[in-house]
Amino acid sequence: MNTTAPQPERPAWVAPFFHSREQQLSSANLGMWLFIGQEILFFSGLFMAYIAYRWMYPDTWLSAADALDKSLGTLNTVVLLTSSLTMVFAVRALQMDRPKESIRYLVATIGFGIVFLGVKSVEYAHKFEEGILPGLRYSADSVEGMAGLFFGIYFALTGLHAVHVIIGLGLLAWLAFKIHHGTVNHDNHALAENIGLYWHLVDLVWIFLFPMLYLVR
Amino acid sequence: MIENNSHPAEPSYLTASRGIRSWLFTVDHKRIGVMYLVATTLFMMTGGILAGVLRMELFTAAGDLVDADTYNRLFTLHGAIMVFLVIIPAAPAVIGNFVLPLMLGAKDVAFPRLNLASFHIYMLGAALLLVSMIMGSFDTGWTFYTPYSTSTSGPVAWALGGVFVLGFSSILTGLNFIVTIHKMRAPGMSWFRMPLLLWALYATSAVQLLATPVLAITVFLLVLERTIGIGIFDPNLGGDPILFQHFFWFYSHPAVYIMILPAFGIISEMVSVHAQRPIFGYKGIALSSLSIAIVGSLVWGHHMFTSGQSIYASVVFSFLTFFVAVPTAIKVFSWVATLYRGQIQLSPPMMYVFTFLALFMIGGLTGVVLGALSLDVHLHDTYFVVAHFHYVMMGGAIIAYIGGLHHWWPKIFGRMYPKKLASFTSILVFLSFNMTFFPMFLVGSRGMPRRYYEYIVSFQSLNQIATVGAVLLGLSLFVTLGYLVWGAIWGPVASANPWNGLSLEWRTASPPIEHNFHGQPTVQGGPYDYPIRPTDLDTVGTGVPA
Repeated sequence: MNTTAPQPERPAWVAPFFHSREQQLSSANLGMWLFIGQEILFFSGLFMAYIAYRWMYPDTWLSAADALDKSLGTLNTVVLLTSSLTMVFAVRALQMDRPKESIRYLVATIGFGIVFLGVKSVEYAHKFEEGILPGLRYSADSVEGMAGLFFGIYFALTGLHAVHVIIGLGLLAWLAFKIHHGTVNHDNHALAENIGLYWHLVDLVWIFLFPMLYLVR
Repeated sequence: MIENNSHPAEPSYLTASRGIRSWLFTVDHKRIGVMYLVATTLFMMTGGILAGVLRMELFTAAGDLVDADTYNRLFTLHGAIMVFLVIIPAAPAVIGNFVLPLMLGAKDVAFPRLNLASFHIYMLGAALLLVSMIMGSFDTGWTFYTPYSTSTSGPVAWALGGVFVLGFSSILTGLNFIVTIHKMRAPGMSWFRMPLLLWALYATSAVQLLATPVLAITVFLLVLERTIGIGIFDPNLGGDPILFQHFFWFYSHPAVYIMILPAFGIISEMVSVHAQRPIFGYKGIALSSLSIAIVGSLVWGHHMFTSGQSIYASVVFSFLTFFVAVPTAIKVFSWVATLYRGQIQLSPPMMYVFTFLALFMIGGLTGVVLGALSLDVHLHDTYFVVAHFHYVMMGGAIIAYIGGLHHWWPKIFGRMYPKKLASFTSILVFLSFNMTFFPMFLVGSRGMPRRYYEYIVSFQSLNQIATVGAVLLGLSLFVTLGYLVWGAIWGPVASANPWNGLSLEWRTASPPIEHNFHGQPTVQGGPYDYPIRPTDLDTVGTGVPA
């Protein structure tokens, strides 16, 4: 009844319920892709709200986008894209068995993430000063029409994105710790790849948010 | 039947370790399944008692037992508990957790710790929902429709938090199952050699994974609406309450397939095993699960025919709703065809198959009635709808789940319940169920609206029949619970394969050992290759090299 084929070499980090290293790694990978799929659907609700109300109030959307700071938005886009690059370098370095280099790239990624959040909070602070707040609390007069609705969506989308960035920073720090201790290494690298995928997702969401919110015409 | 004696000392998963911590923090999918079983049973009793109070209030036409506000809270809690805490998790999290890795020939799910986290998250979400119950409860209905849900007082935000958290539990379970089915099938188990329960759970998991996040963002936005007035659902700020309905049903209609698809899988297993016949139309049943999951995700608008959506959208939604009936009917016809010339055994699981077929037929066909635009305008928000979804949700999902418990009970606990009593009680369940819910079709089609605590006197006699039926149904289910618990503790010891099943879970001991199998079982044929051959039985109870 049983397979008695000789088992391939089995590292100690492979869990007992997996029969091979490849099975464990590919399971972790598929799981992460599925998780990313559900993340996209999580954001999709707000994207749909954005589309529906842009359809209903096109003028509001145009003038509200002008009220956002395009230069800070561009800066943040560059920062986040660069952080994705350093993330790729970090994973690559780990796979090439250069853990120290990998940790340096992770620290750089964390640094870019913090810069992103810093710029974002400067932007938020400006908006708050001008009375640009979500929904009911909107009290500025710079935008015509249903401005509160636009900024409700703006703060919900960018706020949720920022929460994802903060979670990502925690994950990156944890990963750097694990690489430092050698529990994640060039052989057992699924965690690094998965956190990398997560960070790229965060980046990707921003790539959609930036033109939708700042550059809409 | 040849029992496996080569590992006499190996304890079962129930006895492998002891103490409450060894349960609460276990990563064993079987123990997690049993914990879900206990939790969902307790919640089902809670929801059932609430339903009992509702029926008592409706015994007379006057609103005399509870006041209107209390009634609103009661039906809201009944719905929320039954949907979010019982029916959505019951089949996947109890039967799926226990059976899925065994059927695959795997030692566990792909992510056992994530599986445990799902359970803990589920309990946290349940706690939030129940805290809202203690804090005075909410009265929005389980659907949380805006603008009422954004303006009513009460602990709505707590309940929404509970739903949000419960959603994560559901998503993580679905993710876990998809990866497990993809990556951990036993050698020789191709996709089309999988037991049909696994196809059903795969489709269920896909819906859980892809629809639940939309519910999560919806309730998140609703909380923001209530707390800071974000405006998305508020017409004063330019928002649209109808958008909430779109968002809500984008999840909650597929959610009914989260409830019913595992039931289809359970029925597919039981109908074949208890008739000892190859399942008719294996590929049809397998692929219809997927097509139900896909088409069922595109029909949410049929809940909104009277909400003022575009008539063209309504026509498309109506057509798609009819279309879902096609793959569903493929399944029903296949099950009936499986019975044809089979050795039908009137075992308790088979009794529940019959119960399911009858009740689900009524529920499914009245669903098509409601999907018809012109009829729905009349029947919307009447008791006809209430009767329809109870026939599908309880007569379909819960009955199949209870039947599945009877099927796998000897595997889960290694002991058998009293079978004659079980078969007899299943008849009582069937009769009292119809007595409870069939009158609702009648009063509903005559215009009795749902969610009112009093009604006109001419509906009284039918409502009284329904209330008496509900009491009998409750008693029958308590008897069922009683003999199942008795059987689990004191019942006669069950063999490894009491029903002559061919799928892998019957090839290990009852109850299974902690790591499910000795060695890696392999698969040479399909799971329904009846009639059973002596060589099939030789392998029963083993898993060790012959």
